[in-house]
Amino acid sequence: MDLAHKVALVTGASRGIGRAVALELARAGAAVAVNYTASEGPAREVVQEIERMGGKAIPVRFDVADPEAVARGVKEVEEALGAIDILVNNAGITRDGLLVRLKDEDWERVLSVNLRGAFLVTRAVLPGMMKRRYGRIINISSVVAFSGNPGQTNYAASKAGLVGFSRSLALEVARRGITVNVVAPGFIETDMTAALPEKAREALLSRVPMGRAGTPQEVAHAVVFLASDRASYITGTVLHVNGGLW
Amino acid sequence: MSVEEKVIKIIAEKLNVSEDQVKPEASFVDDLGADSLDLVELVMAMEEEFGMEISDEEAEKLRTVGDVLNFVRERVKE
Repeated sequence: MDLAHKVALVTGASRGIGRAVALELARAGAAVAVNYTASEGPAREVVQEIERMGGKAIPVRFDVADPEAVARGVKEVEEALGAIDILVNNAGITRDGLLVRLKDEDWERVLSVNLRGAFLVTRAVLPGMMKRRYGRIINISSVVAFSGNPGQTNYAASKAGLVGFSRSLALEVARRGITVNVVAPGFIETDMTAALPEKAREALLSRVPMGRAGTPQEVAHAVVFLASDRASYITGTVLHVNGGLW
Repeated sequence: MSVEEKVIKIIAEKLNVSEDQVKPEASFVDDLGADSLDLVELVMAMEEEFGMEISDEEAEKLRTVGDVLNFVRERVKE
């Protein structure tokens, strides 16, 4: 077990990629804090599933875009599980629309959760990692940060923002034994992509060289690798998990 | 442990230098090899140890071990 005695916090872990990341980190031996905002039931199910496989997990509710809630949530995790070794900034939302009609609040909410949320949670977790000279921060971006996607200027901007954020933070903390990396999933089977209109789904799928959507587990495996000591010399990089879709 | 001893211990620990090197005239950057994040860590450690807040403006003026000793002595007295 690669991650035995490690503590991980995964934001947005009740569903989709975050859920798979929480489960795979636990399978590798980490104790996992399963963050959620609204989906309490699904978050508890993730915790129970981890407990069933003999792992340790807690649900922790906070909105990543709310600084005070973040501080409280991180404290709660550290009291229950110990100092956080692995942070996965996964919480993300979409509010799609063509730019010319995009509302202020659609822009702001997406940037606020996807980008500012990663900043707030990272800032709350980092002092502990710096003190202990160890940390693994993995930010979940998206293929659209690189390829672009009509109707997703806000989402793509937030996900591209995470890349610059990660690269810069990687330089700041490199001498502290803390690595910061990005995983950029392509088209993955989740509630988020299930919400796409059938035509858009088909169009996207037809562009995937591997001819199929990815699974959340396939993304989670990349995250577990970056969280492990096997990735100890990797920082500031982007690992694309996209079946060849660009 | 006196305030001075605590400060010296924290500096030695954070900058990974021996306590003998932590002399009042020693500059963090030039003599003790600190980078900007080391300085931030040092400030955070002082805040935690002495239960005080140090503003960015105040922190910028703390260039030597002596600066920190004076600063903490003043603040702890208050």
